[in-house]
Amino acid sequence: MTEELLRLENIFKNFGAVKVLKDINIKINKGEVVALIGDNGAGKSTLIKVITGVHRPTSGKVFFNKNEVNIKSVAESRKMGIEAVYQERALCDQQELWRNIFAGREITNAFGFLDIKKQRKEAEKILRDYIGFTSKAITVDSTVMGLSGGEKQGVAFGRSLYFNSDLIVLDEPTMGLSIQETEKVLNFVKGLKQENKSAIFIDHNIIHVYGAADRFIILDRGEVVGEFKKDEISREELVQKMIQLHESGKIKVEA
Amino acid sequence: MNNILNSYFVKTHKLEISITIIAIALFLIYFLGAPHVFTRFPIYRAFMQSMPFFGIIAISATFVVTLGEIDLSFPSIVGITSLTFGMLLTATDGNFFIAFLLATSLGMFAGLINGLLVTKIGIPSIVATIGTLFFWRGLVNVISQGSGIAIVDVADGTWHHTLFVEKLFGKIPAQFIWFIVLTALMQWVYRYHKFGNHIHFVGDNKASSQMMGINVDNVKIIAFVQLGFFSALAGIFTMYEMLYFWPTQGEGLMLTTLAAVFVGGTSVFGGRGTIFGTFIGVLIIGSLESGIVALGLSGFYVKFINGLMITVAVSIYAIIQRKKT
Repeated sequence: MTEELLRLENIFKNFGAVKVLKDINIKINKGEVVALIGDNGAGKSTLIKVITGVHRPTSGKVFFNKNEVNIKSVAESRKMGIEAVYQERALCDQQELWRNIFAGREITNAFGFLDIKKQRKEAEKILRDYIGFTSKAITVDSTVMGLSGGEKQGVAFGRSLYFNSDLIVLDEPTMGLSIQETEKVLNFVKGLKQENKSAIFIDHNIIHVYGAADRFIILDRGEVVGEFKKDEISREELVQKMIQLHESGKIKVEA
Repeated sequence: MNNILNSYFVKTHKLEISITIIAIALFLIYFLGAPHVFTRFPIYRAFMQSMPFFGIIAISATFVVTLGEIDLSFPSIVGITSLTFGMLLTATDGNFFIAFLLATSLGMFAGLINGLLVTKIGIPSIVATIGTLFFWRGLVNVISQGSGIAIVDVADGTWHHTLFVEKLFGKIPAQFIWFIVLTALMQWVYRYHKFGNHIHFVGDNKASSQMMGINVDNVKIIAFVQLGFFSALAGIFTMYEMLYFWPTQGEGLMLTTLAAVFVGGTSVFGGRGTIFGTFIGVLIIGSLESGIVALGLSGFYVKFINGLMITVAVSIYAIIQRKKT
């Protein structure tokens, strides 16, 4: 029933002398939403950047769909079906939506010229069908600048759905959003499961994480220090764990 | 009227429309102030003859500026590639292909060095290209030992001379036709080619572009390389027109060229620009000197009015932009 989508084995990542990730072993199944939690500097962002091809691990193995893969760039991870949705960095502000949605994987002819008609048509479809923008104020010609945080997330989500990604990586998807928009984003994450798609997400807000995720992986100073399924731990216990971790860290620093 | 002002075209082309109005106003002043000059053809022939030399570079530089980068080294790239072209053309007794190929290759190589310094070594482009500005000019001086090269014997009357600078129908300089063709081509690439698209994204936000799978370093390197190529090309055009290489060739291009880009409305912050605007910018900047003199003002006014134009134009853009956000 549970089929493995992504597995990391003994992943290490150093930036010069700094060991940011130390022997990470995690697994994500199809149709599963996994939350990565941990303090600032725990290595969460580095870990997802390894998965999306922004960084390459110093050592260790990555398996995707049970095949060992060597992800060298964002373009490669996208091709495999891993799509990142970054809060601040998903889109470019001054460019139109029809350009943004296809940035980095433009629809072109043999000479590299854009098929504008097709890009616009597909972008329209994404706005309408995947995101549900019906307001006249947002068209494919709108620049990203005028969009709210939630709308930007929506566009990034719509894009990942359109490109049929198997694994969606969400970096702080609710940061800076209004309550209403947060609700939309969390609903979207829940909706992924119905399509048997998987997601990894990082969020500082345990309440958001708890509502949307099936499983929690706790990182601390580059190591996995805990892993719980939702039915193994209540929200209060999870919060408690985080506080303990936080305090133990402090004690260590002081000692 | 209100309808026209609110139309999609007007909304998305405010910069282009403003710059065109400024240019029309300027030419109207010329026309009214010096009708004896501006109702006759020779002044326009002179414009068409001289504008392409820096115009070609300005169009190409628009790509680099849209990236949020700058290249100050192109005047020296013009110098070193013109020297190469002149030396090879005379040495081979007029073999255009060898001279053209090697001069443009050297231009691209110089661009490649700029690109690598900026992306791989990580030097800000304004600093890196000040370095290469001096480097290439210095090399010109060392190699030429301060003397020029006459190419009149190997170039005058040849088919390549015709191709580059002959007057079409005895009136239109070929370099102007080339300039128009290249502008149209580059406009197309700028707006509708994957490369032009990536230029806009990288200039807009480097980190986002990287996240979206755009190879930021490659885009930057190619931008500098194409500017190197077009600098060489502009140098070759100048050589055919003058039939002479002189060691300071290219000096003095820097400010007019960049002024044309900025007057044209391309943002120095990157992510936004217009090739059409640069083209109009070239018409404005390239006509000021003759225009001012024709109006009966002394040549001392040229820089003053140049400065005024640039300041007014970029202020208008800043205001338009502020309203948008």
